[in-house]
Amino acid sequence: MKLDLKKTKLRKVNETLQSIDPKKNNKNYTILNPDGNHAICVGLTDDIDINIKGHVGYYCGGMNQNANITIEGNVGTGVAENMMSGKIHVKGNASQSAGATAHGGFLIIDGDASSRCGISMKGIDIVVKGSVGHMSAFMAQSGNLIVCGNAGEALGDSLYEADIYIKGKVKSLGADCIEKKMNNRHLKKLDKLLKKANLNKLKSKDFKRYGSARKLYNFNIDNVLNY
Amino acid sequence: MCGIVGIYLKSKKFEKDLGKMLSGMLINMESRGPDSAGFAIYKKEKKQEFKYSICINNLVFEEFKKEISRKIKYNSILKNSDHVILSSKEIPEKVLSILNELKGINLVGYGKSIEIFKQIGNPKDVVKKFNLEKFSGTHGIGHTRMATESAITTNGSHPYSTGSDECLVHNGSLSNHNNLRRDLTKQGINFKSENDTEVAAGYISNHLLNKKNLKDTLKRSLSDLDGFYTFIAGTKKGFAIVRDEIACKPAVISETKDYVAIASEFQAMAHLPGINIANIFEPEPGIVYSWGN
Repeated sequence: MKLDLKKTKLRKVNETLQSIDPKKNNKNYTILNPDGNHAICVGLTDDIDINIKGHVGYYCGGMNQNANITIEGNVGTGVAENMMSGKIHVKGNASQSAGATAHGGFLIIDGDASSRCGISMKGIDIVVKGSVGHMSAFMAQSGNLIVCGNAGEALGDSLYEADIYIKGKVKSLGADCIEKKMNNRHLKKLDKLLKKANLNKLKSKDFKRYGSARKLYNFNIDNVLNY
Repeated sequence: MCGIVGIYLKSKKFEKDLGKMLSGMLINMESRGPDSAGFAIYKKEKKQEFKYSICINNLVFEEFKKEISRKIKYNSILKNSDHVILSSKEIPEKVLSILNELKGINLVGYGKSIEIFKQIGNPKDVVKKFNLEKFSGTHGIGHTRMATESAITTNGSHPYSTGSDECLVHNGSLSNHNNLRRDLTKQGINFKSENDTEVAAGYISNHLLNKKNLKDTLKRSLSDLDGFYTFIAGTKKGFAIVRDEIACKPAVISETKDYVAIASEFQAMAHLPGINIANIFEPEPGIVYSWGN
């Protein structure tokens, strides 16, 4: 089914996709002329496939549950923000805060993602085939951020428990983020996620793992005079 | 929040459409700035002739013209809504001192190439009132304002022009503008508003006066200007964009063989010709991108 944003209002398109009739069983949708509109495909709950033909604006696929969304273009701020499950595949570049606060699901970005990719992520798996900007995985709590290119300044600043895997160079690590040993468990998990992103040629052993030093978790009495 | 837009033409193909292209971009950016709008258009210069963009507010044009005729020798005086473009071969210092003394007007910019129009109101209405669609030129910059730092007035609207053929639009807010204003005032730069962006424009003018180029000036601004900003700065020959290192304020660049377009959001550029084959990218924080300078 084709939904043309030049002919149909965004709210109507989102309402259609948010209220799928399981009896009709139409699982494939194409969105035409997205023209950088914000909030396309937000709040979807059904297991449907959506192909967006062009560039989108902010918060595309926000709060997604179950839907499989492909964007054939670039995405603005906050793609897949607060995603719960499902899959979002960006074929171009992503702006800042991709996958912000997302609890689950799978986000693949074929190009680069700019600053704060995976900010406060809470369980999502993000694979960026290019590079990420500064403060990526800022305050990340759970999930995996995999970057095949480089990472900008202050990677993983104030990190909780997410795992970060970077293949290229890291400009600098943020507060409480350290490089960690890659054991078998991590190698296996990374291989699985690379395979899921169709990156079969990449090897998990070529990545480095970063995580939390866990020194910011609790108040340290030695720092009392600093406050 | 504010919306900023700009187009620099790399070929002559779209010179007649510049106003139309910029107009669509400004109207789209209403969502980021509904209270005022403005634009600067760069046209081919006429040697020895300076153009002065003047907002005459509630003055009657004929009376203004009469008064100006007594004081300034001019080549043409063209009315466009509540703005006037005055062209003169007199030396700018003389004309500027006369215009600065006149009551009831705002001098919004001057130069050999630049024309500036800005006013309070919805971008859609501002664009229509000045008939931006009909403008042609080599490059243009525009702004839609959601006021945060200072009052909603003509002088509070962007673009700001504090030097010949210069202009600046800004999305963000500066935190050290009062200190900078004091320093720049001591160095002879005049300010007309309490606005933070005008200080940044003055800062740029001051550097350009001291023979620095625009790219180096904007690089330097990264350490001298404190706050959040995405700037687009225009000169007679081209324009440049810079985002502060934190880069909270957005920007997208689209480049084709015919033009470079910049906007706060991609949607402002979705109507541009050939956008589907443009190279679209987000300017990196703390990096100056410039064309034509």
